[in-house]
Amino acid sequence: MSTSANGSATAGTEALSASRPTEVNRLERVVIRFAGDSGDGMQLTGDRFTSEAAAFGNDLATLPNFPAEIRAPQGTIPGVSSFQVHFADYDILTPGDRPDVLVAMNPAALKANIGDVPKGGTVIVNTDEFGKRNLAKVDYESNPLEDDSLSAFEVHEVAMSTLTQGALADTGLGKKDAERCKNMFALGLLSWMYHRPTEGTEAFLREKFAKKPEVAEANVLAFRAGWYYGETTEAFGTTFEIAPAKLPQGTYRQITGNTALAYGIVAAGQQSQLPVLLGTYPITPASDVLHELSKHKNFGITTFQAEDEIAGIGAALGAAYGGALGVTSTSGPGIALKAETIGLGVMTELPLVVIDVQRGGPSTGLPTKTEQADLLQAYFGRNGECPVPIIAPATPADCFDIALEATRIALTYRTPVLLLSDGAIANGSEPWLIPDVSTLPDLSVTFASEPNAPDGSGEHWPYQRDPETLAREWALPGTAGLQHRIGGLEKAEGKGNISYDPDNHDKMVRLRQAKVDGIEVPDLEVDDPNGNARVLVLGWGSTYGPIGAAARRVRAKGMPIAQAHLRHLNPLPANLGEVLASYDHVVVPEMNLGQLSMLLRAKYLTDIQSYNKVAGLPFKAEELEGVFTDIIREVTAV
Amino acid sequence: MTATDLGLPSMGGLDLVPTTDEPQKAKEYKSDQEVRWCPGCGDYIVLNTIQSFLPTLGLKRENIVFISGIGCSSRFPYYMNTYGMHSIHGRAPSIATGLATTRPDLSVWVVTGDGDALSIGGNHLIHALRRNVNLKILLFNNRIYGLTKGQYSPTSEPGKVTKSTPMGSVDTPFNPVSLALGAEATFVGRAMDSDKKGLTEVLTAAAQHRGSAVVEIYQNCPIFNDGAFDMLKDPGEAAQRLIPLTPGEPIRFGPEGEFGVTTTGYGGLDVGKVADIGEDNLVVHDPSIDDTAYGFALSRLGDQHLNHIPTGIFRQVDRETYDDQARAQVRQAQEAKPGDLQALLTGKDTWTVE
Repeated sequence: MSTSANGSATAGTEALSASRPTEVNRLERVVIRFAGDSGDGMQLTGDRFTSEAAAFGNDLATLPNFPAEIRAPQGTIPGVSSFQVHFADYDILTPGDRPDVLVAMNPAALKANIGDVPKGGTVIVNTDEFGKRNLAKVDYESNPLEDDSLSAFEVHEVAMSTLTQGALADTGLGKKDAERCKNMFALGLLSWMYHRPTEGTEAFLREKFAKKPEVAEANVLAFRAGWYYGETTEAFGTTFEIAPAKLPQGTYRQITGNTALAYGIVAAGQQSQLPVLLGTYPITPASDVLHELSKHKNFGITTFQAEDEIAGIGAALGAAYGGALGVTSTSGPGIALKAETIGLGVMTELPLVVIDVQRGGPSTGLPTKTEQADLLQAYFGRNGECPVPIIAPATPADCFDIALEATRIALTYRTPVLLLSDGAIANGSEPWLIPDVSTLPDLSVTFASEPNAPDGSGEHWPYQRDPETLAREWALPGTAGLQHRIGGLEKAEGKGNISYDPDNHDKMVRLRQAKVDGIEVPDLEVDDPNGNARVLVLGWGSTYGPIGAAARRVRAKGMPIAQAHLRHLNPLPANLGEVLASYDHVVVPEMNLGQLSMLLRAKYLTDIQSYNKVAGLPFKAEELEGVFTDIIREVTAV
Repeated sequence: MTATDLGLPSMGGLDLVPTTDEPQKAKEYKSDQEVRWCPGCGDYIVLNTIQSFLPTLGLKRENIVFISGIGCSSRFPYYMNTYGMHSIHGRAPSIATGLATTRPDLSVWVVTGDGDALSIGGNHLIHALRRNVNLKILLFNNRIYGLTKGQYSPTSEPGKVTKSTPMGSVDTPFNPVSLALGAEATFVGRAMDSDKKGLTEVLTAAAQHRGSAVVEIYQNCPIFNDGAFDMLKDPGEAAQRLIPLTPGEPIRFGPEGEFGVTTTGYGGLDVGKVADIGEDNLVVHDPSIDDTAYGFALSRLGDQHLNHIPTGIFRQVDRETYDDQARAQVRQAQEAKPGDLQALLTGKDTWTVE
């Protein structure tokens, strides 16, 4: 196996190469966390380092973590922004529990993150920011670089601001502007330490600042200065190599969940040959779906930034009525506002894709943090008996497939579909085996063209159903002879006129439920390598990574554990009951207080052990490893 | 970054909607559903007027869509043999926006009431108007909540005694025409439910207008607010109060045309006797004036007691519509670089595992 990078190297950009002999330490994996003030450009730094790792062929996973405030007070703990990247020479599942290397751009970043660094870990600090004022801002009574509080770590003190300013002294850039390039200095240093390819970053900087070439060159200079600093000072005796990962054959790119989701919607429009209308209102962390889709008008995509969440979904439903693929996206409180229109979509039986990028709640909650506590709302959060199919991606790259699957269900069964992503998936990234578009599912639809009344009257009955799918026909305005009226009032079966008839209502409630219950979903696959596990861990959504990583660790200790992950939450896979019954013990870890567990207990009358944490951050593999190990020991001891 | 010039041609409201040469009759626009408004409801007259007026447009019936919210008037789509959706309270403009944006071949009508449009749906109304989506909004104003059985509405006069305001309401009402003009509406009209000719004229102009057109229709609720507009219908009083607006004509009213409209010193308008004002000082009506202040001043002539009520078209100006521009951007993007899905998914930075 070998890898080759065909990144965005351009003419005139030469790869930096190391010449000083250093000890090269080969590692299987490493976790690096860049942390600084929210104005320090840590997200960009992490993102670029990730791209370098991707271009090198490592497997990777990332965890951005930033405050909701655009610029929280400088130098304070609430203002700390961080980006963690985990890269390895094998397929990894999570962004990593603890950083092996912490880059702390100021005292606040050090204080907020040092607790996560394991003893013996490497800490690289920008000493220029460790003045009295900054230390006082975060209640450091003495300078941690001078007392012995960091003695358990390998600390590298680098005057990044000064060194960056020095490197840019001749560029004519003001001191302050020069100092702002220090994040690229840090990136250069880390790139040297980990033998990362550098051409991509230089090309990226030149493209990003194409309109300000002097800024582009300053950033490139700072980046190189960081690299050369590592190369020439004796402070760093060791560099590290992480060989490319042995991933399945194919061409890869790095992708975040929100981008994958947007691409999935683009693909869904192409595969269904329908124009797409995204009706939405900006909300963290779902806005990037809007930003991305708004760039792809050339695929017949219209993005409508509505006056509010309700109008966003209203426009999507209106477009669906006219025969477009209607999509809406939101997060947090936004999904509450959309509930009434989802109900109208259920009643009018129109296709609609509703994307909920879950975040910490309730109310405004934690806008930039992750959670999966909207499941029961997705199930039950509307007035009346109002069933909707629910699906959830397991990883950032899975968002692409899940968007196609949501569209398939919406179009086939003429129903709103709730797609539950979450903050960790939305902003996290991983390598994606780029699909061959000729292998994507055909989502083409047929619109009604002839009156369908079974009594031969020549009328059109809007609520006449397909006997297999129970979907009603999609008769578009503009089709002669099929004029009909739909709406939120209860409809008479078949004819679709308003009906207050008690038996009809009972029948229609059951029909709508039966339609959703009857949606074809694949059976649940269980990963039980030796078939001898007694404990099953079942998850859904973004917990896939940490659960999988924890299961690997448990198995590595010689303890059998079975793992299964739900992508379809409503309806649940047909074999789920059987799967649950075939294990002595089932544990369901969730970033909520046990929502899936509650559903499973009610539906299958089976005991489920719920493991919950609602901290706004993904589970750590180490934490789940401990939980699973304890459970297996208990079960085996019985 | 600068916006892209879309170079859109000027169009009429129905230019992209397919027409038919077959003569149409009002009857063809009646659905098979029994009309279930209360006896004597003003909605019946409006329904009849619209069913008689639509054939004159010569559009294919299947290309007409009525979308409503919730309320008595919002049952309207069920009675029309066109496409229609009876949606949710206040949200019809948003649903219609999505439809109109994706389907330029449809003539899209929103049917709403004073509660639906101005209370629960106020936000959607003003944003549809500022965007100038190619929609025709029929705002049935009966100044009361009918479907919920008689609470005051956002257009009820102050002090209104209703089930929910036994001591009289303490809210200041909206003037729908003033509100629409404040929201940058490009077409604003007003008519009485009982005035078939006047309503037809305003509706015809609204249909032909490209962009959002809002038409306030004074409509009597015989059950909960009967006679709310009687003074505008009473043969003796109507002429004293109604101010017909005719483009290009001096604004005059009264049984003998003895009253007229003139300007005040502060950019406003006022009514007076023509004899006092002088014929040369009468305001000549021009709905195409771009400055909304003129239409706004007209809308303020009548107070909450309906003393002076202009009817007809307050404002009718050309402005590019949201939906035309949104479609043009998509078209332009497609022409500049047709979508290549494989290229999009592949992106710029890839690596290959062999």
